[in-house]
Amino acid sequence: MTRPAAPEARATRPAQRPAGLDLARIRADFPILGQRINGRPLVYLDNAATSQKPRHVIDAVRRYYEETNANVHRAVHTLSERATAAYEGARTKVQRFLNAAEPREIIFVRGTTEAINLVARSLGQARLRPGDEVLISAMEHHSNIVPWQLACEERGARLRVIPMNQDGELVLEDLDSLLNERTRILAVAHVSNSLGTVNPVAELIRAARSRGVPVLIDGAQAAPHLRVDVQALGCDFYAISGHKMFGPTGIGALYGRAELLEAMPPFQGGGDMIRTVTFERTTYAPVPHKFEAGTPNIAGAVGLGAAVDYLSGLDWDRIEEHERDVLAYAVERVGAAPGVRLIGRPAHRAGVVAFVMDAAHAHDVGTIVDRAGVAIRTGHHCTQPVMDFFGVPATARASFALYNRREDVDALVEALDEVLKVFT
Amino acid sequence: MSGDLGELYQQLIVDHNRNPRNFRTLIDPDRTAEGDNPLCGDRIRLFLRLDGSRIAEVAFQGSGCAISKASASLMTQAAQGNTVDEADSLFRAFHAMVTGPADSPADTAAVGKLAAFAGVRAFPARVKCANLAWHTLRAALEANGEQVSTE
Repeated sequence: MTRPAAPEARATRPAQRPAGLDLARIRADFPILGQRINGRPLVYLDNAATSQKPRHVIDAVRRYYEETNANVHRAVHTLSERATAAYEGARTKVQRFLNAAEPREIIFVRGTTEAINLVARSLGQARLRPGDEVLISAMEHHSNIVPWQLACEERGARLRVIPMNQDGELVLEDLDSLLNERTRILAVAHVSNSLGTVNPVAELIRAARSRGVPVLIDGAQAAPHLRVDVQALGCDFYAISGHKMFGPTGIGALYGRAELLEAMPPFQGGGDMIRTVTFERTTYAPVPHKFEAGTPNIAGAVGLGAAVDYLSGLDWDRIEEHERDVLAYAVERVGAAPGVRLIGRPAHRAGVVAFVMDAAHAHDVGTIVDRAGVAIRTGHHCTQPVMDFFGVPATARASFALYNRREDVDALVEALDEVLKVFT
Repeated sequence: MSGDLGELYQQLIVDHNRNPRNFRTLIDPDRTAEGDNPLCGDRIRLFLRLDGSRIAEVAFQGSGCAISKASASLMTQAAQGNTVDEADSLFRAFHAMVTGPADSPADTAAVGKLAAFAGVRAFPARVKCANLAWHTLRAALEANGEQVSTE
């Protein structure tokens, strides 16, 4: 495994461009990057929304449908056995990727959103009582807010929020009172999707676990950038989306500690999640199958497994160095561009640079840079409370993946110049 | 500026974005309506004073992109003095123009100055920015009290 544990990356600023990473080869693995958009080479800087897919993943999904496709866990015929082996093999790959203790601690879901809904519903049902509290943070994606609001509403519990400061970093001064005897779970993003902040999750997990509070980490934005080790972190749940880490859409994984998963009630009912069914009573399959009702996204899981293989084959010391370099360059160049104001200045950052322009609304910025072939995201990024906090209706967000380079930043900055030309 | 960007951000639109007309509130309006475009965060609040079936005064407040703001500004100018029916046909002509196919000439005969928005046709993601003010106007005229959303 070439991704050993290093729960938190440090966004320092190297003076020199690092040598030694064969970026041209990596870029050649992603067929879509060779495209021209509006007559210009594609500069894809919307990776926090979804990443592009390497040929490895595309081929694995195609091969699965061409050679293996059958339903899993059911029939005795050869294809079904092959499909089951491919699906369960993908589970083992994800287990190793996150360094979970056992494959059964990995539940395949549609993505991070479904993973969080699963925990909010199931754990909420089992543990939340009137007056209890759920603790999240001020920079959560809507998918780590709304499921908890639903659970709190249903159970008469209260949602509490760890605040943040103007740099876009969590403020932990009042953590002692926020994490109290009524707290039933802490759910927090490893990396913020709208600010790029790498949160001190190891510290938060220690604080919560020392009070017996289970912790869910939303790892959607962390998995493509950081080496994640759920055992070293000590979290109880860790949620990831395949499509944000170079895998297909519609597949993701929830890591859950076996002990907790076993005690939790099912999320959805249906086939595959049962042991015996009579009209009087149903007994459930052991984990992970208890949480995987119905025919799963088998091809998606195979594609996610291939993405994990792809990532595991890369030299992560060099990837991290390269990503740090490009991100620091982006913060510096975008931050210095005329008429641009960065939103959030976190000391530890991964993958994201958010900004606004005085002259133009983020949406106009997005349209204008797209004409130069540069794809960025504009809007509230499913984090309306973050927009409210910074007092902006929307931001423009450039988000990076391992295949981006300094030249992509240059193209963005050049395109931002065009915005000024239109509006001044 | 490349061709279709120039078509989108015409001088008239850039000007109305920078200096929106009728950008204020009305005291004791006869009708108000709110519209929002949740995907980009555009928000508009519209105030109307009616004189029988005629729109005597329109004003707006809100925040949004250049297209939505300029569209609201130009809409207030275009709708002022119209009867409710006239404003409705203007809305329909405007809507047809901005949603028409990008590869055929826009029918701008019925919309006057609003022809400046014909360039929006080449930017499907921006059509709702141009339409927001008009949907909000229709809601205000229908006085159904519901918030308008482009989603």
